[in-house]
Amino acid sequence: MASSAETAAPGAGETSGTRNLLTPEGVPVRVRLADRGERAAALIIDLLIVFASIIGLGLACIFILSGAISGHATLAVFLLISFLIRSFYFIFFELHWEGRTPGKRVLGLRVIDRSGARLRADAIFARNLMREVEVFIPVSLLLSAGTLGVGGWGKLLTIVWISVLVLLPFFNRDRLRAGDIVGGTWVISMPKNVLSQDISDAPARTDDAAAVTDAGHRFTLSQLDAYGIYELQTLETALRNTGPSAEQLHAEIAARVAAKIRWPDVVPPEAARHFLTDYYTALRSHLEARALFGERRADKHDGAPPEQ
Amino acid sequence: MARLMLRSSQFRHEREESWKALEEIVGRIERRGIRSLSANEALHLPGLYRSVLSSLSVAREISLDRNLLEFLESLSARAYFCVYGVRSRFWQALSAFFGRGFPAAVWGARYHVLVAFLCLLAGAVTGYVLTIRNPEWFYAFVSEAMASGRTPASTTDALRETLYGGGQAASDGLAAFASFLFGHNARIGMLAFALGFAFGVPVILLLFYNGAVLGAFTGLFASRGLGVDIWAWLLIHGTTELFAVVLCGAAGLMLGSALAFPGRSTRLANLAHSGRQASRIVMGAVAMFFIAGLLEGFGRQMITDPVYRYAVGGGAFVWWLLYFRLRGAGGTDGE
Repeated sequence: MASSAETAAPGAGETSGTRNLLTPEGVPVRVRLADRGERAAALIIDLLIVFASIIGLGLACIFILSGAISGHATLAVFLLISFLIRSFYFIFFELHWEGRTPGKRVLGLRVIDRSGARLRADAIFARNLMREVEVFIPVSLLLSAGTLGVGGWGKLLTIVWISVLVLLPFFNRDRLRAGDIVGGTWVISMPKNVLSQDISDAPARTDDAAAVTDAGHRFTLSQLDAYGIYELQTLETALRNTGPSAEQLHAEIAARVAAKIRWPDVVPPEAARHFLTDYYTALRSHLEARALFGERRADKHDGAPPEQ
Repeated sequence: MARLMLRSSQFRHEREESWKALEEIVGRIERRGIRSLSANEALHLPGLYRSVLSSLSVAREISLDRNLLEFLESLSARAYFCVYGVRSRFWQALSAFFGRGFPAAVWGARYHVLVAFLCLLAGAVTGYVLTIRNPEWFYAFVSEAMASGRTPASTTDALRETLYGGGQAASDGLAAFASFLFGHNARIGMLAFALGFAFGVPVILLLFYNGAVLGAFTGLFASRGLGVDIWAWLLIHGTTELFAVVLCGAAGLMLGSALAFPGRSTRLANLAHSGRQASRIVMGAVAMFFIAGLLEGFGRQMITDPVYRYAVGGGAFVWWLLYFRLRGAGGTDGE
């Protein structure tokens, strides 16, 4: 049961950065592995919170508690709580927020079980106990320049070993750190994608409708065979661009498309968006219809377009 | 002007409302947890989740709208984790852990525990024998900070004083002492586990070294005729603490042997499996260190009669053995 992930990976349709989780409903759900940079940023945020709260705790002990109880008792409270914060910060939040620490939440990351099953407590324990050698020893080695009580060669060996651990995420496809290996987990990125308006039925001609007398453009089959899915989706991205330079961008793309499909008329810049929207709709309709018959044309180089 | 609507747009129009409803619920769960839902919403969640999954598999076939596909992929994944996320309650999980998970993991690792114990024992015997024969060896094992004045240069009376004295004077510092000991020991224990990732070699060294320190101390006291007293002083908390050390060492060895000898499954699968079992042992051992810290910080300072010290230490040892045997044996699921 626990090993199903390792035998199942990697499945169909997975690229280097994505993995499929098979839901109990039988539909694979695609997740994106978190970048190493995102994870490093999340870790730094979390470590800053840990250090800041320990310092804050220390100040609170000095200024508030020490007035109320004796110095030794204050020290006891401080030692106990700072140990708990340091060792259980990650475990607590990953248990409490289902695989997310504050740093991960900021970056939109999440820990999941590699088998797609429920993330269990022992996986969280395992991946975070490893931090002791992955994070805290390197940090204290850096700070104290090595007081592990070993000689020159031993120190060198320790440093080599720790570099191996720290650099581990760079040496495997799943970007696993030692804790992920031991816990059987992945760290994934879960952006909240927003559903925007469908371009094909957007009221695209609110402002530029007046400029265009012709209600719609018509394209021949050979004009629609000029491009594939990749170009369609690139065009979609461009059409969703509503930034300041969008108009100019659309005019440029319209000119290139017009040239490529041998559009008989000149497309004026103010009608570019209208033209592109129509072409997008027609192209998508064409490609979707072909996809239904099992011909998914990946891009313009994929398969020769049928002769007219 | 009526334009022909795309099949995929039509599909979207029909389903969009339920996606938005699910997105609302999922967003709330992510921000404030599952308990922020009303009864009605909680009732609708599974249905909405299944409908978005079916939308996703249809959309993958019929739609080329990238924005729509990405939205459905991400919403399905988010909803999946809401429906099948961690759902256990903290106290329930805690009682399940100590009632079954921890002792079962320890029992499952009993041979590793035995090996770890033998490593510690070998270190202790070495330290003891060497120190008894020649007290100079003491300095090889025990650093000055750790010895804190208890060296072969101390007089026998001074040594006796460290075992029984200070009970009244330092009673105020007991809590600080206990708390420091707990944190320190628990970190060493976690370290022992994590070092298992280096094929277990550092774990063996760590166990042996800790045993040697122990042996050197007891050897020093025994050479002054304080053998019975030092063991009483040590074992009142030592049975619990050393047991926890041995368990953490065993967890490290488990990790190391999973790495070195993957057996029938892949190394990665094997590591993940052993790692989870071993991490349970370590988390349980942290609790044992806490108890040991209390026994050491309070119990040892308040109980000064060697007989009672032996009784407490021995009782604790028997209790741990019974606990692991009775709660842990039989079945290895340890859920």
